[in-house]
Amino acid sequence: MYLYDQYDQAMVDARVAEFRDQCQRRIDGKLTEDQFKPLRLMNGLYLQLHAYMLRVAVPYGTLKSTQMHALADIADKYDRGYGHFTTRQNIQYNWIKLEDAGDILADLAKVEMHAIQTSGNCIRNISSDHFAGAAADEVADPRPYAELLRQWSSFHPEFSYLPRKFKICVIASDRDRAAMKLHDIGIQIVRNDAGELGAAFYVGGGMGRTPMIAPLIRDFVPLDQLITYAEACLRVYNRYGRRDNKYKARIKILVHELGAAEYTRQVEEEFAHLLDQGVEPPFAELKRIRTFFEDPAFAQSSAAEIDRSDPDFALWVDRNTHPHKVEGYTSAVISLKPVGGIPGDASAEQMHLMADLAKDYSFDELRVMHTQNIVLPHVAKSDLHALWTALEDAGLGSPNLDTVEDIIACPGLDYCSLANARSIPVAQKISERFAATGKTAALGELKLKISGCINACGHHHAGHIGILGVDRKGVENYQLLLGGSEAEDTALAKITGPGFSEDGIVDAVEKAADVYLSAREDGERFLDTYRRIGMAPFKEALYG
Amino acid sequence: MSENTMMLITGNDLLTGAVIWWTGSDWSVHIEDAIDAGDAAESIAAEQEAARKVNVPYLVESTMQDGVPRPNHIKDRVRALGPTVRPDLTIKPDTAANAIREIV
Repeated sequence: MYLYDQYDQAMVDARVAEFRDQCQRRIDGKLTEDQFKPLRLMNGLYLQLHAYMLRVAVPYGTLKSTQMHALADIADKYDRGYGHFTTRQNIQYNWIKLEDAGDILADLAKVEMHAIQTSGNCIRNISSDHFAGAAADEVADPRPYAELLRQWSSFHPEFSYLPRKFKICVIASDRDRAAMKLHDIGIQIVRNDAGELGAAFYVGGGMGRTPMIAPLIRDFVPLDQLITYAEACLRVYNRYGRRDNKYKARIKILVHELGAAEYTRQVEEEFAHLLDQGVEPPFAELKRIRTFFEDPAFAQSSAAEIDRSDPDFALWVDRNTHPHKVEGYTSAVISLKPVGGIPGDASAEQMHLMADLAKDYSFDELRVMHTQNIVLPHVAKSDLHALWTALEDAGLGSPNLDTVEDIIACPGLDYCSLANARSIPVAQKISERFAATGKTAALGELKLKISGCINACGHHHAGHIGILGVDRKGVENYQLLLGGSEAEDTALAKITGPGFSEDGIVDAVEKAADVYLSAREDGERFLDTYRRIGMAPFKEALYG
Repeated sequence: MSENTMMLITGNDLLTGAVIWWTGSDWSVHIEDAIDAGDAAESIAAEQEAARKVNVPYLVESTMQDGVPRPNHIKDRVRALGPTVRPDLTIKPDTAANAIREIV
């Protein structure tokens, strides 16, 4: 894991002192809300439906146990005993007091964490594959490149006031587990025919009110030009991105309106100009960063066979573990989606437990998934049963990864001031419905995602089944979408037709699932069947 | 506006961020204490914000129902109570179940 050097720590400590002073000036009346708002947003402090909300950055979703313990302590000391893991691999606290904000940031800084650039029109927290450094199918660990981008983008003076927020994702395998093509810039670390590592750049993706899949604009950027190419992409956007209309200000609109070919031409021109401007950090810095992400001391002879005699344990192993690059190890997913629970919420007690388990069983490492679950990336297979037993005892052993019960849901109208409808109660009812009917196992992989407004924090565009909550004359209404994917076969879901009430949408999801169950062919997932038979049979079942 | 329509003033407490309602002389976290500010609502909101008694105030159209103001929009009804998915964290945990049913 990356460790702060004196520059990182000094920057974060200085920001804590600065924001503490800004909060006090607001409390003393020396700043108006209009003056204070952009300052608090630069530090992740929102004013939400019920209180202030603080969004804390988890760079590329990676945490060590001391950091998870600190997050739990903040939940206990300053909030109401829980936190919410988000679809950007971050954590949010919903009940923060303004007078505590400086102390919270100071507590975070002690464990090399902060809330900088978790809001505002800047480059946000860099996201990555939650199995990075562990997955058997990656060409390299993508996190050193994510960390280099984090350092480059932190307080970058040219990119602190972009036309709109900017999200970058870095992966390093052909399997996309991070919705890479639905980011402003998606970077895939690849290996060329000569065996050299480089970066493929996808630019102009995103969800929100105008969802778009990022086109590939360069299939191989040498790693010693990575930052320069990213800078060229940002420069063209910063120069020509629309600042006159918030809804057309994201880079995806620029790329779409210029066309990918013309945008690429401009980026290449800028890139050529920048190459001799000294933008790229010394390659030695990347090498230095890489040393922080070297493999832990894996055991050479860890038992490879798992005792599957306990059927509940075997089911959890089948659903909630992922192949590891080292024989005898696996990555274990802790589901934060108990049936009827709130997706992504974890109590302070659960956070402490996950931190302890990471220390005991996963070389002190945890990952936050964009699907609002937690990963222990390096677990010896011989430790899996003990891990599972501890999770079961704490109510964290739900064996439902990638099933219809593993729902992504934004906070929705229960917490968010932008939302038009509640998301969480719908997620709760759907998981309860499918658990009660026993169809979850039969449905297999079915990714269901719910957003409470068009901003799409719940990734509804990318759900095999997506749900969008809207406001219909003051009443919650829910649109159903089918056929989306955030994986390497990225696709945008299509709306089925007229929306449904809160209870109606639960019935509608079950009807769509039943169409799949009756129409599927051998080995087909829900998404495969939808792609083969199209929308018509689903519409007939829903509206016929 | 109909005769039953009330104009409430709401906002957030500057220090705690808590949702608060204008009572005619002060601010309360309970919507039951809210009064119809009528035509003076905008000027009261501006005055109270300037005095830092409330943060980001705005007006909420509501209707009196069973002696309690009921905001016309669901968003303000959720604000008045708290998250419907965490009855224990609402403004009135003991009676939250009934209140949540009334929201939608």
